[in-house]
Amino acid sequence: MNHLTIQELRQLLITKQISSVELTRATLQRIREADAKVQSYVTVTDELALEQAKRADERIAKNENVTPLTGIPFAMKDCISTRGVRTTCSSKILESYIPQYDATVTNKLNDAGAVLVGKTNMDEFGMGSSTENSAFPATKNPWDLTRVPGGSSGGSAAALSANLATFAIGEDTGGSVRQPASFCGVTGIKPTYGRVSRYGLISLVSSFDSIGPFARDAYDCATVLEHIAGHDEKDSTTYQSPVPNYTSTINKPVKGMKLGIPKEYFVAGMDAGVESAIQEAIRQYEKLGMEIHEVSLPHTKYGLPVYYLLLFAEASSNLARFDGTRFGLSVSENAKDAIDIYLQTRRAGFGDEVKRRMMLGAYALSAGYYDAYYLKAQKVRTLLRRDFESAFASCDVLLAPISPTTAFKIGEKTDDPLEMYLSDIYTVATNPAGVPALALPCGFSKDMPVGLQLIGKHLDEATLFQVGHAYQQVTDWHKKLPPL
Amino acid sequence: MKLTYEPVIGLEIHGELLTNSKMFCSCSADYASAPEPNVNICPVCTGLPGALPVANKKATELAALVGLALNCSINKHNTFARKNYFYPDLPKGYQISQYELPIAERGWMDVTSPLTPLLLGEGLGAREQLRVRVRRVHIEEDTAKLSHEKNYALVDFNRAGVPLLEIVSEPDMRTVEAALDYTTKIRAILRYLGVNSGDMEKGVLRFEANVSVRPVGSEELRTRTEIKNLNSFRALTRAAQYEIERQIKIYEAGGEVIQETLGWDDARGVTTSQRSKEDAHDYRYFPEPDLPPLKLSDAWIDSIRKRLPELPEAKTSRFISDFGLTPSEARFLTSELSLANYFEAVLSKSKSSAKAVHSWIAGELMRTLNESNLSIDELTLSPESFAKLIDMTTNKIISGNSAKVVFNEMVKAGGDPEQIVKEKNLAQVSDENLIQEIVTKILDDNPSEIEKYHAGKETLLQWFVGQAARATKGKADPALTKELMLKGLEERRK
Amino acid sequence: MTQTIDTQTVKHIANLVRLGISEEEAQTFSGQFSSIIDYFNLLNEADTENVPPASDLANAENVLREDEVKPSMSREEFLKNAPNSEGGYVKVLTVLEGQ
Ligand SMILES: [Mg+2]
Ligand SMILES: [Zn+2]
Repeated sequence: MNHLTIQELRQLLITKQISSVELTRATLQRIREADAKVQSYVTVTDELALEQAKRADERIAKNENVTPLTGIPFAMKDCISTRGVRTTCSSKILESYIPQYDATVTNKLNDAGAVLVGKTNMDEFGMGSSTENSAFPATKNPWDLTRVPGGSSGGSAAALSANLATFAIGEDTGGSVRQPASFCGVTGIKPTYGRVSRYGLISLVSSFDSIGPFARDAYDCATVLEHIAGHDEKDSTTYQSPVPNYTSTINKPVKGMKLGIPKEYFVAGMDAGVESAIQEAIRQYEKLGMEIHEVSLPHTKYGLPVYYLLLFAEASSNLARFDGTRFGLSVSENAKDAIDIYLQTRRAGFGDEVKRRMMLGAYALSAGYYDAYYLKAQKVRTLLRRDFESAFASCDVLLAPISPTTAFKIGEKTDDPLEMYLSDIYTVATNPAGVPALALPCGFSKDMPVGLQLIGKHLDEATLFQVGHAYQQVTDWHKKLPPL
Repeated sequence: MKLTYEPVIGLEIHGELLTNSKMFCSCSADYASAPEPNVNICPVCTGLPGALPVANKKATELAALVGLALNCSINKHNTFARKNYFYPDLPKGYQISQYELPIAERGWMDVTSPLTPLLLGEGLGAREQLRVRVRRVHIEEDTAKLSHEKNYALVDFNRAGVPLLEIVSEPDMRTVEAALDYTTKIRAILRYLGVNSGDMEKGVLRFEANVSVRPVGSEELRTRTEIKNLNSFRALTRAAQYEIERQIKIYEAGGEVIQETLGWDDARGVTTSQRSKEDAHDYRYFPEPDLPPLKLSDAWIDSIRKRLPELPEAKTSRFISDFGLTPSEARFLTSELSLANYFEAVLSKSKSSAKAVHSWIAGELMRTLNESNLSIDELTLSPESFAKLIDMTTNKIISGNSAKVVFNEMVKAGGDPEQIVKEKNLAQVSDENLIQEIVTKILDDNPSEIEKYHAGKETLLQWFVGQAARATKGKADPALTKELMLKGLEERRK
Repeated sequence: MTQTIDTQTVKHIANLVRLGISEEEAQTFSGQFSSIIDYFNLLNEADTENVPPASDLANAENVLREDEVKPSMSREEFLKNAPNSEGGYVKVLTVLEGQ
């Protein structure tokens, strides 16, 4: 039953054909069997999960406060605070950090009665596209264990793909939900920036970070997002507007809607197998009666430098609090003073990619370079936003590839940071613009999954789910399971 | 020819804002009365991973109020920024502050100063009115409190995140006295607005001075030093004075002043270099991405402006024009809002002149407050009773000496002045016949003193008057007594 | 125009973010940084005349909190994560002046 959807499991739970404890046990059992190979979890919360499952069963028995997520096992990316449960960001500096408080998303899932089975591996602090930059063993792609699952939410995507949870929470700063979803053949959404509270999410880029779920299909993603989205008085950057009931509009037909194809996303460099899967999906939408339009996002080529510059800058500041005084690793041997502790702790606690990015961030913000790098990037970011605004003046949703390739081999790109950055080319522009994007499996290339992304207007996740769901009603790519 | 130097001084004032909660979280801001360290803390103000700031509405209002009081323009679009540096009292590794777009900018404050280049202690000399430009007023958060032990420090986060206002002047002051007047006036305004207690001993108000010197007549801005953490007016004036003299000595010896951050060693009376703060000087400011810009409407700004009370300067002018007080009398009364309010309350109940009321407040009342270490708010003497007492002396019902007795009694035990006068039998004797009788007796009893008086020792008049006062236990009308005594002495001259 | 980030600059920015690095690391980073920064110079091509920085564009309403005090977190729990504490305080080394 580990491969079933939330919708299907919910039916079994409320008709009492299974209990949440049984379901949770089955998930934990599957983790024990398969995760030795996939290594998607950093921490498995057996005891807590069974406790939560028991409580969920009580809620269901009394029919009290039962939500679609009550009793459903899920995995959470290890950058989201869970009170009493180790939260590492896959970094040595937080290897044994146990938060004293819950993130808003954690609270919301608790309230909904969902069952946390564990915390998943990621690139350290979200810095990477392969889940290789981790203080823990690299997570493997369930479709081919010699390949990466993508990143930085690689652990969550792989766990879902390998049926080690029914849904998984990820976080997307520049593609970190969409790219692993694509590599692992699952559905995932990066919601509008500000739609889901970041309170308790250990920040990578405060102005890009978006928490979003991975699930078996668009319908399940919609269900989870309904429960975790919304205004939070603890996060000043969340939207005030109410969260729509996404699942209630998901079945609306897409006939007559306008699908934009940004031409800048279809230039040379894409693998043939990826490109043909995407083209096939576009034809599918044509068959569903959507109007296909070519659109232009003229500043696309600047997406990558804008994204990385702002990431470096914000991250260099966000990571300053890891100083060995209030929590986390502290290296104080032979330290003469506080500065020595900072230098030693941060040297021992951060991996190379984190170090690179922090230093480059300090450089981009430092006196004399601020205007040329940080400020320039913020201005071009405005142009990126305007690109999307004008594209959406003539269409309802955009369709684009997620990655030029399918999952690459472990170790293939670790030597050249710039090459790793370039693999994010199709996902990074949405985050500086703040718009939402849904990743859907749309085929295979040489036996590895290919994904596409649907990009929507600000706060228009409902349309993304509707268009994604329509596709999944006529295709079954999302139902394929890895040979694990 | 020896050069004469003039100092160029700019000031930064850090004042905590009197809010209930901290700037970016809901912890209590009242660290001063926290019973223990680290009890007013949360994930936000201790910088735990994932915690986010949310700005305090009241602090924003108070900051705008101060901006308006200092004649600034309010930026309708203003932004928070991160100031990045590492220090054990700074939990996030950055301070949330305002940088490019502060809440208020471009104000001014008029101060009085001796004409340049007089330095403090060189006597009063002619004074001038000087307009000091206020560059900006911005909101930021306070740091945690460090208690230094031998080779380590203890951190208390109760103060971390308390709202602070930073008021930055242009380098417009040319004398230490101008700097003193500027800070004194700003402190008075903050207290008038109720945004800061002005309690310097508790550290709620701290100064930083930027000091350079240049030859008089020159317009160049020479290398300046920055003296941090001046916690009293005395520290400010001593440190600035020391630094001015130090820099002049360097130039006189043909040297160059180097730009640096200095501390003030109050015990030794010297400024000291703080090199550790130097290398982190590249603060890498950038807009705080966790907080959206503050957007303030004209209507909102107007509503804040309506909350502005009459400020010390305006009150001083009114006291001069409406009550006929001298500038120095008026300035004294308006130095504290509570004092000014008390003065007006007494005056409104009294038929005596404002001068009389001022002189009672400046004299007896201040003496009593100083002796008993009380503030005017703690005084139980009601303005009504005080006014009655003042009127009784004006109307010569009691003498000045008796009035002091009654005043002390009222401060100690309260009560109605008329009642006290009656009980203590202090009513003034104004009966001319009665006083004449006493005068005649004293003159008759002291022929040799009269002789000395007539021989030219005119100071003896006071002695004769004193004899009469003693005989009436101070109740005789002193003016009348003096007049009759003088008349008697002259009559006996032939 | 190629911009190189020499090891001296690498050490300076490492110090800004309080990161201890060796001479060897400084050399490796120096090479990597130069090619990354070089790639970022692509932004110079973008015409941003009269374009406001995105950080200035607020999409939300004014977000302000009422000035109300809410309960604090437990000091014990807070200190549990601190490497060193004493008498309810977090214990740290000081910063030595003039080093
Ligand atoms: Mg400041
Ligand atoms: Zn707090």
